[in-house]
Amino acid sequence: MGRQDALFEYLLRLGDSALVLAQRLGEWTGKAPIIEEDLATANTALDLIGQARMWLAYAGEVEGKGRDEDRLAFLRDASDFRNVLLVEQPNGNFADTIARQFYFDAWNVRALDALRGSTDARVADIAGKSLKEARYHFERSADWVVRLGDGTDESRAKMQAAIDDLWTYTGELFAADEVDRILAESGVGFDPGSLHAPWMDAVKQVLDEATLVAPAAGYMQRGGKQGVHTENLGYLLAEMQFLQRAYPGGQW
Amino acid sequence: MYAQLVDTGAKRVQSLEELSPEDRAFQERIDAGVKIEAKDPMPESYRRTLVRQISQHAHSEIVGMLPEGNWITRAPTLKRKAILLAKVQDEGGHGLYLYSAAETLGVSRDQMIADLHAGKAKYSSIFNYPTLSWADVGCIGWLVDGAAIINQIPLCRCSYGPYARAMVRVCKEESFHQRQGYDIMLALARGTAEQKAMAQEAFNRWWWPALAMQGPPDKDSVHSAQSMAWKIKLFSNDELRQKWLDQTVPQAHYLGLTVPDPDLAWNDETGHWEHGPIDWDEFYRVIKGDGPCNRDRLRARVKAWEDGAWVREAAVAHAEKRAARERVKAA
Ligand SMILES: [Fe+2]
Ligand SMILES: [Fe+2]
Ligand SMILES: [Fe+2]
Repeated sequence: MGRQDALFEYLLRLGDSALVLAQRLGEWTGKAPIIEEDLATANTALDLIGQARMWLAYAGEVEGKGRDEDRLAFLRDASDFRNVLLVEQPNGNFADTIARQFYFDAWNVRALDALRGSTDARVADIAGKSLKEARYHFERSADWVVRLGDGTDESRAKMQAAIDDLWTYTGELFAADEVDRILAESGVGFDPGSLHAPWMDAVKQVLDEATLVAPAAGYMQRGGKQGVHTENLGYLLAEMQFLQRAYPGGQW
Repeated sequence: MYAQLVDTGAKRVQSLEELSPEDRAFQERIDAGVKIEAKDPMPESYRRTLVRQISQHAHSEIVGMLPEGNWITRAPTLKRKAILLAKVQDEGGHGLYLYSAAETLGVSRDQMIADLHAGKAKYSSIFNYPTLSWADVGCIGWLVDGAAIINQIPLCRCSYGPYARAMVRVCKEESFHQRQGYDIMLALARGTAEQKAMAQEAFNRWWWPALAMQGPPDKDSVHSAQSMAWKIKLFSNDELRQKWLDQTVPQAHYLGLTVPDPDLAWNDETGHWEHGPIDWDEFYRVIKGDGPCNRDRLRARVKAWEDGAWVREAAVAHAEKRAARERVKAA
């Protein structure tokens, strides 16, 4: 695989993960447990859409086939999406949404921090712009893990179940493939495995404070970064892409 | 409009001579343009009317998140998605400012929400109509937020300080809301034949409810007169409707839309647009609960509240544990 192709794939992974998570968060609109959380969820979704737009716009330029952010977001099928499996998992209850966010944020903060030093100026710039938002997202999701974990018996049970349930989707964040290796070598990206220990430390520290138990190591699902997804993504895309698919070529 | 048919408890407006000395002193302060603050003495009927009006307004903002929220996951571009998310988020913020303003009058947010869920408190009739296509999102921003601005700008000068200040914050964001709606319509108007048809179809459905939403005609509004004497309503329903009509008709024409009213006509003498008869039976029917979406809207709000109960309880429990630990540390 050439450097440009690898960079394109890499940018899709970053952009698609942010986009798919934002799309999931958008489903919460008007349904959160309290109005303040409706606003906070929308806020996180907005930040992630902003990040997705920057990654995807750059991906389109790198590809050089005239695809802009919208053509990439709305006119690719599931097997061309490169988001990690974690972010496409359904919202579930509030604890499930928080656990998904918490795992992702803990990774995103460290990934963006690493990418700030990228040899690709555009990547470094986007990462730098996004890092402050990601830090805030992590603060919020970690805070909710603690409040729900160390809350009532019911909330602890739900939070623990969510943490356990999504664990299997976290391994993919740290598994390197050819794309990761090519980008790490050129200094554009980083070695995903190098984030595992710091991520685990941060997660364990929060779970500890939340009186929750860290899941035991187990089998880790993977495939999202290579385009083999769970059944959930197809429905998400069907909804998200409906207008562009039903009215091809329209300007909106 | 966001507060419709607010009951003031008055059959008619009493003259200064008929009022008790306290109520007369209060009315004279209002007449002199003095702002009433939370701790000031006020007639019980003024306080109760304001609670009804402000809480209805707050509920409208919150319930109003649902019809537009319905299209966040289906917005046609990433930019539109971001704009719509920001808009709907603003409406939630408006709900919060308004609940806070109402709380200054001695009623809690939880109580107001309980009244909404029990069907005791109303919200604007307009949010009981469905958003069936993307053009509905454009119509809501353009027509409904457009009507909201006309209603809310005068309320920035209303007699109750906390409400007036909440309205100032709300109004700052409303013009962006209307613009994004109009902009959606503009893109559709310049689009394909299918997009133009989508715009017209949605416009046909929103026109009459939007025209009616400022409330019944002045001749049928006893409560309006009392609210105007108290300066918690600054213009009559018909005046607000006229302003909205004069502003909206030229915009509709610019968009190439046909207003679905055969009687719509420009009056050269008055310099105003005139509309045909509004179906007030429909308006009252929707207010009373038989609009196309009343049941769904309320059910969605109640479900969100009930599904979230364990989260709110956990937050309280955690805060108490934390406070207890702090006390132990301090001791
Ligand atoms: Fe509004
Ligand atoms: Fe609003
Ligand atoms: Fe608005």
